Amino acid sequence: MLHKEHIGHYVSGAGHLGLIGWMLFGGWLSPNPDPVEVSEVSVISGAEYAALVAEAAAPKAASEAPQVPQAAAPDEAPAPPQTEQAEQAERPITPPDAVPEPRAEAAPDVSQLAPPPQAEAQEEAPDAPPAPRTDIAVLAPEVSARPQPRPTPRVAPTPVARPAPEAKVDDAVREAAEPAPQADAPPQKEQQATAPQEAAVQTALENEPAKAAPLTSLRPKSRPAQAAPKPAEAEKPVQTAEKPAEKPAAKPADKPAANPAPKPAVKDAVKDALAEALGAAGAAEGATSQSGGNGTAASGPPLTAGERDDLRVAVSACWNVGALSSDAMRTTVTVAMSMGEDGRPITNSIRLAGFDGGSSASAQQAFDVARRAIIRCTKDGYNLPRDKYAQWRDIEMTFNPEKMRQR
Amino acid sequence: MSRLIAMCLMALGAFVAPAAHAQNGPLKIEITDGVIEPLPYAGPDFVAESSAAAGMAAQLARVVAEDLSGTGLFREVPKEAFISQITSFASPVEFSDWKAINAQALITGAVDLAAGGRLVVKFRVYDVFAGQEIGSGLQFVGTQDGWRRMAHKVADAVYSRITGEGGYFDSRVVFVAESGPKNERKKRLAIMDYDGANVQYLTDSRSIVLAPRFSPTGDRVLYTSYESGFPRIYVLDVASVGKRALENQEGTMSFAPRFAPDGRTVVYSLTQGGNTDIYAMDIASGAAQRLTSAPSIETAPSFSPDGGQIVFESDRSGAPQLYIMPAAGGEAKRISFGQGRYGTPVWSPRGDLIAFTKQSKGRFHIGVMRTDGSEERLLTASFLDEGPTWAPNGRVIMFTRETQGAGGQASLYSVDITGRNVKRVRTEGGASDPAWSPLQN
Repeated sequence: MLHKEHIGHYVSGAGHLGLIGWMLFGGWLSPNPDPVEVSEVSVISGAEYAALVAEAAAPKAASEAPQVPQAAAPDEAPAPPQTEQAEQAERPITPPDAVPEPRAEAAPDVSQLAPPPQAEAQEEAPDAPPAPRTDIAVLAPEVSARPQPRPTPRVAPTPVARPAPEAKVDDAVREAAEPAPQADAPPQKEQQATAPQEAAVQTALENEPAKAAPLTSLRPKSRPAQAAPKPAEAEKPVQTAEKPAEKPAAKPADKPAANPAPKPAVKDAVKDALAEALGAAGAAEGATSQSGGNGTAASGPPLTAGERDDLRVAVSACWNVGALSSDAMRTTVTVAMSMGEDGRPITNSIRLAGFDGGSSASAQQAFDVARRAIIRCTKDGYNLPRDKYAQWRDIEMTFNPEKMRQR
Repeated sequence: MSRLIAMCLMALGAFVAPAAHAQNGPLKIEITDGVIEPLPYAGPDFVAESSAAAGMAAQLARVVAEDLSGTGLFREVPKEAFISQITSFASPVEFSDWKAINAQALITGAVDLAAGGRLVVKFRVYDVFAGQEIGSGLQFVGTQDGWRRMAHKVADAVYSRITGEGGYFDSRVVFVAESGPKNERKKRLAIMDYDGANVQYLTDSRSIVLAPRFSPTGDRVLYTSYESGFPRIYVLDVASVGKRALENQEGTMSFAPRFAPDGRTVVYSLTQGGNTDIYAMDIASGAAQRLTSAPSIETAPSFSPDGGQIVFESDRSGAPQLYIMPAAGGEAKRISFGQGRYGTPVWSPRGDLIAFTKQSKGRFHIGVMRTDGSEERLLTASFLDEGPTWAPNGRVIMFTRETQGAGGQASLYSVDITGRNVKRVRTEGGASDPAWSPLQN
């Protein structure tokens, strides 16, 4: 009876013992649970990612480069060498009874020499050794390597295939562009040729949504307009009008009637605005290129910030202002030069384009130092993208020593 | 809706156009960071154009190299690294050989002994990477005894062509040569080349001499001597070592003299009745004019290069500070406001800076500030730095540094105004109170 009365205790005790044993040996109280990493993510578009990558490529060395160690602060100035003083401490000098007259050295006569003969084979001179690594470490963090091109193309690797049927309407186009209307053709036909034009664009977009890439395909079209106009390119605007020229033949009246929605008008406005914007850009390009030295318009994509920084850092590493005068250190010079396609400056094209903040003499000194920097650091040519040669064929470098004065 | 989209795209175009503008034309790059390093140069031995000049060729090149490298602005490329040698002064330079060893400047020279034992030294300086000569070649003709001066002149010309500012190598320094233990120190005036060579003594050691100062032409020296038992100002002709005392009133002490830029007037301190003020004296007539009249101590006057102003030291505010007043006297303007005590101001030959001694927190400093007191920079620090003097080009300062303790000794040091290149000037024994001469003719 007594045993039966305690059966509950036994069951409870056994249960607790089992639980304690499981806790001890079952690993439930493991002191180091696996950490769980949590990170926030956000979804960005392809364009945003491209922008981020482009920014990351720029090392921003000019503004964020580690500072050259300052000259020894007054409080840290090295103590005079004790050894030299100790050597001289016990060196009594016997005063002379009479002070002899100091010898006066005659000043030498000075005359100028004729210019020296020129050596030959200067063009074959080997390049200077690269700047010391310490310089580069100071000015250009070694992490400034440009990112590798992404394997995934951001733009369609192959041009959008032209729609075959619509492209074979050259004859029709010419007819539409003919200024003189045919005698027997009714005037309404020309209206039909222009009216369905928008409808045809819309139709093409709707029919081939995967191939259409309006933003990327429209941009190249504006550039030829700024260059010398070619006869073939001059017809391009008409080519867009010809697509409809065929369409109207198929369903001239259906489209306007079936789909009188404002979409064609929107597309037209978008197209016009884009053309205007890109046309303005093209005009600006043309104006700039004319003032750009050789009169040829730069073409191709512009240099990225990283590519520009590569050049800036390379020249900075060789810009040694240690021997510049105080006046020259207050003079900002702009140096213009032409570059060869191998990335090397054409030496005799390096010239002083302007200066600010000093005399012409100090500007000449500053220019000499700048020219030396440009030439010294071009062993194998500057690391500039060859496919963008037109962008860096002519370079203007401004050497501003303001930050260097404060070191 | 269509209008809205069109307006947005037109606004986009407004951004696109300038962007396109910026990406075309000459690529524009701004360089703001560079390096500050000595410029490497090659200085091969000068070519001896006659056997008699063979001994001079290497010596001349050595002095030129010491001058240039001593500035801290240049670094000589070791001769062992040379790929080619200069065997003829007239031969064209193979720039490629000098580029390969990263020599950015090349100095070639030749020495000859002409008729009458005249020494002929000629040189050229090249910008190696530009592949062209800097300036034109020069030729000096002088005596054999003056070969060091000729080397200094070559170095001055090279320095000037590369840096764009005048040199200071063909200059001299007058100073107080010290000998003997500290409690029985003997002092006398001495003069030497800027680099410590060619020391010559101007006075004996029978009386204490202090604070020598060159005249603007370098032919005379003002100094203070206790020869009469009291401090008194003397003017000494360097060539003849003849001296005379300036006019002095009975019962007064005069000291801290300095020439005006015209060389005819001297400013100095005069203590009379326990008060010290600044006076100006016409050397020829001895007529003196009082420039300050304050109950405080005014001393250490120094003219501006144009002679229009005087910077001096005064404790009228309770502690020694620097003030500027018109050269004819008048209201003084305080220019030093930092913590500590300022003294011995000296106006730069360029006129843009004032060098001074500063005592702060138990240490002495040589510093510079602009003439309005701004941009104060301390260039040195030690147990005792004092008495700055400017090199003729205003780029280097020489001063006295004294070591601590009973065996402490004064020595001359120089420092670039950037605070770099602090180095000792070679002197025999102790030296203090340097004063730099102008460039010699």
